[in-house]
Amino acid sequence: MKRLRSLTTNVLPPLLFFALVLCAWQAAVSLFGIEPFLLPGPLLVAQAIADNLPRLLSATLLTASGALLGFVLSFAFGFLVALLFSQSRLIERSLYPYAIFLQTMPIVAIAPLIILWIGYGLQGVVAVSFIIALFPVIANTTDGLTRVDPHILDFFALNKANRWQVLFKLRVPGAVPQMLVGARISSGLSVIGAIVGEFFAGYGTEDFGLGYLIILTNGQAKTDYLFACILFCTLLGLGLFTTVGSLSNFLLRRWTGAPE
Amino acid sequence: MESQLVVAAGLNKYFPSGVQALHDLNLEISRGQFVSIVGPSGCGKSTFLRLVAGLDQPTSGELRVEGHDPLGLAFVFQDATLLPWRSVAHNITLPLELRHEDADERVTQTLELVGLTDFADAYPAQLSGGMRMRVSIARALVTRPQILLLDEPFGALDEITRQRLNEELLRLWQEDHWTSLFVTHNVSEAVFLSQRVLVMSARPGRILADIPIPFPYPRSAYLRSAPEFIRIANGISRQLAHADEL
Repeated sequence: MKRLRSLTTNVLPPLLFFALVLCAWQAAVSLFGIEPFLLPGPLLVAQAIADNLPRLLSATLLTASGALLGFVLSFAFGFLVALLFSQSRLIERSLYPYAIFLQTMPIVAIAPLIILWIGYGLQGVVAVSFIIALFPVIANTTDGLTRVDPHILDFFALNKANRWQVLFKLRVPGAVPQMLVGARISSGLSVIGAIVGEFFAGYGTEDFGLGYLIILTNGQAKTDYLFACILFCTLLGLGLFTTVGSLSNFLLRRWTGAPE
Repeated sequence: MESQLVVAAGLNKYFPSGVQALHDLNLEISRGQFVSIVGPSGCGKSTFLRLVAGLDQPTSGELRVEGHDPLGLAFVFQDATLLPWRSVAHNITLPLELRHEDADERVTQTLELVGLTDFADAYPAQLSGGMRMRVSIARALVTRPQILLLDEPFGALDEITRQRLNEELLRLWQEDHWTSLFVTHNVSEAVFLSQRVLVMSARPGRILADIPIPFPYPRSAYLRSAPEFIRIANGISRQLAHADEL
């Protein structure tokens, strides 16, 4: 019952608004006779989706696997780097500027270089996605591992805890909320990374992802198809983001006191 | 002759910033005593507890804690400082786990002792502030410490919860008679709990007065309204007001 009410108060209004925008959009396109290659109406976009559904789905799947691999790799590697940073101030001070450097370097500028070194296809796409998604994991996990209540550290010291006990019984579990914040940000970024990667890395004319499809449809002035690609990109990003979000709420239920 | 568990002689503590926290502090605490320290905020009470715990070193002077083994000592902090990802029982197990000591039986006993058996599987976020502090005290007692250091443990609680936990703490102390060093800025709490109340001066802290509290144990909640109790508490409050002006 409560679920139903939250559905009607939270989900219904934005959906209604969306339907309203679609109607206005379609009306404007028909009324002013806008060329479909400039701005196709929602009906044309829907038609494009229906016509190209298998292609769109296989492209989304390929982009999703690139993004997911990039995300998982960035999370694993970022966690290890943060673990290293938390163990030595010297290492952190020496390497952290380069992590920031990696973050501020425009990925679009170095993507061709990555492809040159790593090659076309999935590995190139994953590499770009990985690099884009890495920094938030490093920054948030390092923060979580190093910011510990000093009184709890005193408590561990009083009980003669060794370095490993402090790390694995205190710092790592204590950093979980921060790690998940980082994961949420990187999950969205990894999708952007995969699409940017596909702009450059493509796959081939047989098997390709959404990024390649965007370039292709744009080049052929199939704007309705392009709109369909953009919609699928957005849905993919949203899907990954909400999955990580729900996973994080589930993992943190003990922190917040939510019923198990 | 009573054995002295804690002896401080001419204790001085300077922080790296150059601020002097303690000045020529002298005191003796016998085994099994319940001693409270009251003083204006920032007077160095907590610093002194940290020195006794071995978490910090004095700049000069002598501090002897009988069998100075941190494992015989437990600390209760201002906040409950529980680990939110561990259940009540697992929070209480933690010190034994860190020391690689057997836990099961002692955790069950301790849960029973503090009346938390029904909450063994609850998580800290599901508990009230008073309950969390009881878990924190249980976590300290599970190691069967010889000396328990408490740094304003009830400061963040409402008055009724505080009084109830005061009575609870006394009951626990009477069962085992660990030596208790209790820091607070609440005079009534100090008088209710202790055999001795030490009044500290404003920073740099030193002991201004050592006041014996004559009431026998067990002490009941009614003691708080006894004229003699109020007279002693008022006397200490006056000393404290004076300490603040010094």
